[in-house]
Amino acid sequence: MDPGNLALQYFLSGITKGSIYAVVAIGFNLIYSATGVLNFAQGEFVMLGGMVAVTLAQFVPLPVAVAGAILAVAVVGCLLELLFFRKLRHHSILHLIIITIGLSIVIQEAALHLWDEKVRSLPYFTGNEISSVRVFGAAISPQVLWVLGAVGVSVAGLHVFLRYTLKGRAMRACSSNPEAAMLAGINISNMRTLAFGLSAGLGALAGCVISPITMTHYEMGGGLAIKGFAAAILGGLGNPMAAVVGGLLVGVLEAASVRYLPAAYNDVSAFAMLLLVVFVRPHGLFGAPAGAQVREH
Amino acid sequence: MKPSLLISAFVVGIVSFLASPARGAADSGPVKIGAIFSVTGPAAFLGAPEAKTARMLIDQINAAGGVNGRRLELVLKDSGGSPEKAVSFAKQLIEEDKVLAIIGPSTSGETMQIKALCEENRMILVSCAAAEVIVNPVARYVFKVPQKDSQAVTWIYRTMKQKGIRKIAVVSSNDGFGAAGKKQLEDMAPAEGIEIVVNEVYDKGATDLTDILTKVKAQSGVQAVVNWSIVPAQSIVAKNMKQLGMTIPLFQSHGFGNRKYVEQAGVAAEGILFPASRLLVVSELPDTHPQKPVLAKYQRDYETLFKEEVSTFGGHAYDALMVVVEGLRKAGEPDREKVRDAIENLRGFVGTAGVFNYSATDHTGLGLDAFEMLTVKDGKFTIYKP
Repeated sequence: MDPGNLALQYFLSGITKGSIYAVVAIGFNLIYSATGVLNFAQGEFVMLGGMVAVTLAQFVPLPVAVAGAILAVAVVGCLLELLFFRKLRHHSILHLIIITIGLSIVIQEAALHLWDEKVRSLPYFTGNEISSVRVFGAAISPQVLWVLGAVGVSVAGLHVFLRYTLKGRAMRACSSNPEAAMLAGINISNMRTLAFGLSAGLGALAGCVISPITMTHYEMGGGLAIKGFAAAILGGLGNPMAAVVGGLLVGVLEAASVRYLPAAYNDVSAFAMLLLVVFVRPHGLFGAPAGAQVREH
Repeated sequence: MKPSLLISAFVVGIVSFLASPARGAADSGPVKIGAIFSVTGPAAFLGAPEAKTARMLIDQINAAGGVNGRRLELVLKDSGGSPEKAVSFAKQLIEEDKVLAIIGPSTSGETMQIKALCEENRMILVSCAAAEVIVNPVARYVFKVPQKDSQAVTWIYRTMKQKGIRKIAVVSSNDGFGAAGKKQLEDMAPAEGIEIVVNEVYDKGATDLTDILTKVKAQSGVQAVVNWSIVPAQSIVAKNMKQLGMTIPLFQSHGFGNRKYVEQAGVAAEGILFPASRLLVVSELPDTHPQKPVLAKYQRDYETLFKEEVSTFGGHAYDALMVVVEGLRKAGEPDREKVRDAIENLRGFVGTAGVFNYSATDHTGLGLDAFEMLTVKDGKFTIYKP
């Protein structure tokens, strides 16, 4: 391979990883935007989405299975909010964050018992395990295009929802000024439930589209949550588009570091870069500095 | 009820409770065999089939009247892959349950944590983990049943030489299994005339490995890739190589020994080469092969009962338990010293991994012939023929 092709191949493999981080980061962002809670169980929503879809895919066509998984996990997200967060909303944000960590462990264990320890995966949406799209001599799996597509649809959908629908505007109002929103007659609790449901659904969609690439197993959530979190922080919390750029950036950085360093330093270079960015711009690359502003879209 | 009556009832209860272990040790009670498997957690792919296998065998043995007229009782502990838990379970099995022998743990890390403990307490340990250090140096009471890592590497290097491969890339995961394999590959390469030109370690939870494989592709002269890891990475490597259009052969470790993994890698698994025991290719064995009846029966029983494909890992639990049972049968009574001696003197014992010949200096008991080089053809394992 000539150097140009090689560079492109590293870039594309970075995009592959980055698209996975980005699609996870979007869900992270939504709950944060609406409630101020960093939901460390987001990776578990991704895992559940994959698991449910793989199970359903044995009985129904793939698109139906994916839709079913998104719905089912969205319901789980709503239920979690109703059961745990609604009662505890007067506690500090820190408490709620710790609860999400606890929940992630509970969901993981539940998945282990509901399914088992085995690794599963959905079939490739287009082509199969060995097909790839050629771009100037470099290769990328068609599934990555599906992931990027899911990223695009999620971001666009969120944008339209939050900007142009009454519900979406109400959700933004809750995050920027809860008291004023309440006075305006918005049911804040229900908005939070909706945010959890939506974000769980987005997580499930992520879990479905990445399943052919990364495969799905009960323990996958933790690692994804960390990378998705890093992506969201790098981009700037509270902005879905920033999360996407953050995710792709983390992926490309990792791939570029493999080019020059042993692959074992992969995470080191990605997180060193993250720290550097956070030192210079504590609110991320595209986040606005003030607290209230961060949660604005 | 009067207080005095209450007290006496309590005392009677205590006494009978204290007396019960003594009854358990009497000649009529079941013989207890302890098992520590990582049924859940990161090594669940090992522990889950091991636990199922052990339970199935104990039921079969008891249904057939037990060993020497005594029933067997399995005391199974799930370590979750954690060496700390393995240690406390081992103590519990030694001190409270007073088992005859312990089979497991599933991983080398856990086994090494309890090796000294078992040796001090004169507890027979038959490990289901592969690392060489478990039996080297030899500990009097510690045995293991899987083939050694070094034997797997020998098979891989010999196959490479047959194919005229001299320059290779080694990629491995950053867990105990990957690290042990990487070290064996590095140590044995010079003697076998193999040169490792790319040597990369990746995170065990890696989601995509095209970047590392791009590095391999960019290095000219690499004739084969060896990957040493477990799921899901071992399937991801296979898929990514094909996606990048790489045509050089991919060798995997003996950790690829489950048909499920072939399904996960799909068509990308075609042509993968790896050393494994014959359990995966039972139907191809000639009827005269000494292992054929044992393998065929185990496969049939397991697959009928659990509705899932048999794996070499469950086979390790088969071997570990049957080695203890065979020792018990030879010793005639559940006396730990006698059973230990009987195990050390087992010759020509046919298990799933191979034919075991233990001795005072060899507590693995398996030769190079316990492996077979396998490949994937049309989504199935088959014996590799050069």
